[in-house]
Amino acid sequence: MFTAGVCFGSGFLVAAAGVYMHNLWAVYLGNGVLGGIGLGLGYISPVSTLIRWFPDRPGMATGMAITGFGGGAFIASPLSVWLMRQFSTSTHVGVAETFIVLGAVNFCFMMVGAAIVRLPAPGWMPAGYVPPTQPKKLITTKDVFVYQALKTPQFWLIWWVLCLNVTAGIGVIGQASAMSQEMFAGHITATAAAGFVGLMSLFNMGGRFFWASVSDYIGRKTTYFVFFALGTILYATVPYAGGIGSVGLFVLCFCVVISMYGGGFATVPAYLRDMFGTRYVGAIHGMLLTAWSAAGIFGPVLVNYIRQYNVDHGVAKAQAYNITMYLMAVLLVVGFPCNLCITSVHERHHMVPDEFDAIGMAD
Amino acid sequence: MSAATPNGTTTMHLILAWGFVGIPLAWGVVETLLNALKLFQ
Repeated sequence: MFTAGVCFGSGFLVAAAGVYMHNLWAVYLGNGVLGGIGLGLGYISPVSTLIRWFPDRPGMATGMAITGFGGGAFIASPLSVWLMRQFSTSTHVGVAETFIVLGAVNFCFMMVGAAIVRLPAPGWMPAGYVPPTQPKKLITTKDVFVYQALKTPQFWLIWWVLCLNVTAGIGVIGQASAMSQEMFAGHITATAAAGFVGLMSLFNMGGRFFWASVSDYIGRKTTYFVFFALGTILYATVPYAGGIGSVGLFVLCFCVVISMYGGGFATVPAYLRDMFGTRYVGAIHGMLLTAWSAAGIFGPVLVNYIRQYNVDHGVAKAQAYNITMYLMAVLLVVGFPCNLCITSVHERHHMVPDEFDAIGMAD
Repeated sequence: MSAATPNGTTTMHLILAWGFVGIPLAWGVVETLLNALKLFQ
């Protein structure tokens, strides 16, 4: 977490220098490379730490950590606007100064986190918690080594589950404002569309805690089944909502969909913990997040290109998103078999005491 | 206010920790909520 804070904070400073010197590559290096490394490290470390503190509620634990990650956007977005307003002059908009302040603030906050975070002692349990004596079908008590996890079908099935769930969500996030205005021209103004985006971000954050906590009770596999089933229905309903001009139904569909997008993020570390154990869940989670990166390309590309293709072929703007919505529903249908095929990891992948000794990590 | 739990965490520690996270987050959520209300105006 210390490294994450250093990378994230210094990334802002390098980006600020890039803005000051009008050097775009320095901005890419700062915000993209250094900031990206800091972001990734800062995302994974609290998740793997909190899972260890809550062996009785791993979903809630990961939900809390990833809700915090989403909550950062709520602070950074208005803070950035406020700072730029303070630093703007008649000759520039104050981006460089804003980056410097954001870098310093983020660094300080992350250092406080790094200073106080602790791993529990091996075998630590919350007071009153008794681990189940009967092993659960999809929850292992063993550990799988990080590189061994890559050799299991379960890892790649969860990779596709996350990728498909995120592709469907991330595609509409970037287009939500334009989509709402084009589908309900004359009803949703630019100001109202900004409000819609804000509402979606609240559901995104709330969904992270809600769905991940629910997964502790109904199981990870069932939670993703709900995401895919309900998501398919809701995406297929959006064109209908546009057709009948129901803004309320449209907003409801997207708010629930986005809550499940956030829920998918927040539940997946607990899913990995169930499959591969607690010891390497942070590193395995890091590798799984390549699914997020892939979805970050697939989702917006699908939504933008299909919309543009439709508009170029004479489809009215109000209906230009219909095919995209049906395609998103199909993506979620594809997720069903991926999720259904997930079974417990074969015991040949489990670590044995000799392996712990070999890597010098015996408890 | 400073009653310590068996692991040494005091109530003050808890208030500080939750405040450190919760106050900025609450500010951000309120700002976003005010923005979201524009949808219904």
